[in-house]
Amino acid sequence: MKSSLMLHTITRIVAFIILSFSVFLFFAGHNNPGGGFIGGLMTAAGLLLLYVSFDLKTIKRVIPFNYTTMIAIGMLLAIGTGVVSMFFGDAYLTQYFDYFQLPILGETELTTALPFDLGIYLVVVGVALLSILTIAEDDA
Amino acid sequence: MNNIVILPILLPLIVGVVLLLFAKNLKVQRVISGITMFALLGISLYLAHIVYYEGIKTLELGNWPAPFGIVLVADLLSSFMVLLTGIVGIVCLYFGFKTLSEARLKGYFLPFYLFLITGVNGAFLTGDLFNLFVFFEVMLISSYILIVHGGTKYQLRESLKYVIINIVASGLFIVGVAYIYAVTGTLNMADISVKVAELEQQGVLNVIAILFLLVFGMKGALFPLYFWLPKSYFGPPSAIAGLFGGLLTKVGIYCIIRVFTLIFYHDVAFTHHTVIMILAGATMFFGVLGAVSQFDFKRILSFHIISQVGYMIMGLAIFTPLALAGALYHIAHNIFVKSALFLYAGATQKVTGTTDLKKMGGLLKTHPFLGWTFFVAAMAMAGIPPLSGFFSKFALVLSGIQEEQYYIVFVGLFVGILTLFSMMKIFIYAFWGEQKLTDEEAKERKIGSVVVTILPLVALAVIMGLAAEPVFVYLLQVSEQILDPSNYINSVLKE
Repeated sequence: MKSSLMLHTITRIVAFIILSFSVFLFFAGHNNPGGGFIGGLMTAAGLLLLYVSFDLKTIKRVIPFNYTTMIAIGMLLAIGTGVVSMFFGDAYLTQYFDYFQLPILGETELTTALPFDLGIYLVVVGVALLSILTIAEDDA
Repeated sequence: MNNIVILPILLPLIVGVVLLLFAKNLKVQRVISGITMFALLGISLYLAHIVYYEGIKTLELGNWPAPFGIVLVADLLSSFMVLLTGIVGIVCLYFGFKTLSEARLKGYFLPFYLFLITGVNGAFLTGDLFNLFVFFEVMLISSYILIVHGGTKYQLRESLKYVIINIVASGLFIVGVAYIYAVTGTLNMADISVKVAELEQQGVLNVIAILFLLVFGMKGALFPLYFWLPKSYFGPPSAIAGLFGGLLTKVGIYCIIRVFTLIFYHDVAFTHHTVIMILAGATMFFGVLGAVSQFDFKRILSFHIISQVGYMIMGLAIFTPLALAGALYHIAHNIFVKSALFLYAGATQKVTGTTDLKKMGGLLKTHPFLGWTFFVAAMAMAGIPPLSGFFSKFALVLSGIQEEQYYIVFVGLFVGILTLFSMMKIFIYAFWGEQKLTDEEAKERKIGSVVVTILPLVALAVIMGLAAEPVFVYLLQVSEQILDPSNYINSVLKE
């Protein structure tokens, strides 16, 4: 495909907006709509836009992750969060939260649901990109 | 709060994920998964032990109380099934180590093997209907991958049908779950049981009961929904076919038994004595007819899965403690022996290079170890005393006569004869007759170390037969526990 100047220029700007909004969605997820799954899908969409507008090889140089490893790490993180509560003598997947005073953010709610969600986020990004890229590479 | 209940699900899941990190290093994968399966067996043994001595164990995940959160329940039946999974899981894995090529093993075979075990154990242990669906999907998605693993043309063609039929079944499953939620307003199985008892099972609840029977019947290969099974189990390598043939259909059967003893047990004359009874007879009969007509090692065994499933459902249809104990004994017997026979088919294929019975012959002379141990397994399958198959059929037939269900007893006995006939057919064609291999070929193709990995299953079939008395004492307790749903309900809802 011929590379299109317009697509390239817009992608450079829009990809940043999508990626930063996906991070916002990810953090909103605890008490508001959002979370690891939606944030992960949006991140995958943003990255996919980069893959579509530039070509596979260029982006692979920019993002040198192995997505299979990413899925595995994400799953370990999510499962591991559940396991932690077992060491405290609670049921699997029990969640804990408390409020902390942090330097810049002020009073913040920190929960064990966050690393769990981060795990989901990594798995979703990994699965979405891995399946699409596998099909794409098959064709090339 | 008993975190031990989740370990049979958690352990294979975590290890499966860890194996993803070692995708390139086959040796590490083998060692880790080999050790894991033994650890899993140990955990399942311990679980079965404490459930037997201390009663039903439940775990409310995330500390959310029972009818609202997801509960895991290990009663005698679940812990028994988890134990069986552990045993057959080890044997098929080590058989796979011996027989599968490196190229196959490298394609994420072992992680998905462990994910399959995760799904199966989860389906046995969960106490929540929607969660059961989720674990079914975990199991099915892993099974899609394992059944197509290797990617031969035959596998791709047949596994497409397998995927489609299972997606249809899963869709109907969701419909059933939605219906029962609409009627009872809950998804916790113990809570559903309470609500169904209050509503009295009639009208729409009977429709839902039959819908669930249809869904689980598709997975468990009941008449008339078994058509997908023989062809799709023919494709994958024997280690996989053994695990699938032994285990996966039994998950469907387990769900039928669970649903029709815990939830839909109020209209026994209609659901059990009529619908399930007819299905049991038809499944047994048509399954074994298929087996009689085939001349291929693996295909005969695949059709036998179907006819054997009929016996298990027959136990549920008669619906007495003895009949259910017989059905459970048959499940255990069938998981061991059926897996063993599939593995023998694989071992024989290694020697002869084919599964077509007409192209084999004289293996008893060249490979006596393979031949005689196969003979023991085949006789156990056919139900020759003192091996395991005899006692399950004995209990089923006895309880059928006690309940005056003579038709099903007659079908069961007749199918037993045809089973013996088709087992003898395999033995005569493959092991007797003219020697088809040259002496040099026979000497080259040593199979002893592969057969040794199957032996634990054969030994268990023999032990189950010789120790039928204590096994039945245990299984009668299991069936009395599931025939009285208040045990299950009280331990989940803690009333």
